[in-house]
Amino acid sequence: MTVEMSDSAVFAQRILAGQVRAAARVISMLENGDPTADEVAARLFPHTGRAEVVGITGPPGAGKSTLIDRLVCVFRARHRRVGVVAVDPSSPFTGGALLGDRIRMSAHASDPDVFFRSMATRGHLGGIALAAPAAVRVLDAMGFDVVIVETVGVGQSEVAVAGLADCTILVSVPSLGDGIQMIKAGLMEIGDVLVINKADLPGTDDLRRELSGLVAAARPEQQRPPILLTRASDGDGIEALADAIARHFTRARASGALQAARLGSLRSELETWIGLEAGRRILEAVGAERLRSLTDELEGRRQDPGKMARRLVADALARGLEVERASDQHKLHNTF
Amino acid sequence: MERRIRVLLTKPTHDCHDRGVRHLARRLRDGGFEVIFINFLLAQEIVDAAIQEDVDVIGVSSSSGGHMVVFQDLMQGLQRAGVDDMLVIGGGVIPDEDARELQTLGVKRIFGPGSSAESLVTFIQENAATS
Repeated sequence: MTVEMSDSAVFAQRILAGQVRAAARVISMLENGDPTADEVAARLFPHTGRAEVVGITGPPGAGKSTLIDRLVCVFRARHRRVGVVAVDPSSPFTGGALLGDRIRMSAHASDPDVFFRSMATRGHLGGIALAAPAAVRVLDAMGFDVVIVETVGVGQSEVAVAGLADCTILVSVPSLGDGIQMIKAGLMEIGDVLVINKADLPGTDDLRRELSGLVAAARPEQQRPPILLTRASDGDGIEALADAIARHFTRARASGALQAARLGSLRSELETWIGLEAGRRILEAVGAERLRSLTDELEGRRQDPGKMARRLVADALARGLEVERASDQHKLHNTF
Repeated sequence: MERRIRVLLTKPTHDCHDRGVRHLARRLRDGGFEVIFINFLLAQEIVDAAIQEDVDVIGVSSSSGGHMVVFQDLMQGLQRAGVDDMLVIGGGVIPDEDARELQTLGVKRIFGPGSSAESLVTFIQENAATS
């Protein structure tokens, strides 16, 4: 007779044993905010930190998925097990999503040493799904050597993926616009490796000159990322990309930058969760009814939302986040 | 956070009749589902993708014949993997006689020519396991 284990212990054990189904289910549960999944994540956390997390971002149509497909081939040839988390946006109107990155990954469809998961942002800003860091850690705990995170970058979301990844690859393609766009988006500060994909297209040389000028202006010489040319559809330049990633990890480990960056992103993840948890609990304490009644104030433009929020939060905290009693309703309402 | 129904939509790689399935991909997205779209060569690839993506629904489109083998392999593969909670449906050009046989294999519904996208959305909403 075995000792009975909690659901979260069973899930964690199966994931650590490499069971794909358990990992896939827990990732869904994390996406759905299932409390059991949070318990699993907590149990897995001490087993994480081994995988090299590589972020790949760039504008739609830059060839990110194709690039990842080819990069996975190279990693597999080097006997590394690879997990991929590909994030695509959810529709803000229906909440649905079309997750199409997997279609480029058919070469690895039934390779047991490759795990590919599509994820929708579900309304989380920054182009990264809220559950993405936890999903990456599930794959890390499963023993994947490399975990690649793909996001569509159309501006600031590249910065979000840089917080999650140990090595961020910025993919651009010729003829998308001038360098001002990239300065505007703050991109020059974040890439560890810059890739110009579709490098047989006209405009490649111009883009390379522009990129190297931009990074030269933005960063000191020893921190400038390499700029690589690839043609992912033919596999050109992918070995060199894998080498550049490996060099980044060697250097970042030796200098201590890797450890420092990981600690930094865990801290900012902590701050994100504090904000979300606090917001959720304060909304709960305020109660749906009171919120509804306060919208009248907004409608009459008697109070602005910012001031109202600050007072509601202060009020909820003063009451120790207890859910407001019906008898208090009237009195509190009058203070507004 | 609310739970979302995830749908794996797929067609054989060699089957160029993808207009219908692409249209459905968009309609299902508009219906609020998370849709993962892939092409496949072997039914086992569908099984592997469905497990990794932890989908609720597998929709296979076939318009160039060979659907019986695909569905037989798919249902066997799911069974071997111990998957019994995914809703399997089909569409495309599949004769009624075959559709009846597929239902005995566990394929829940075949949406043949003339089926509306709305009927598919409704069917999934009503039949996908939402535990």
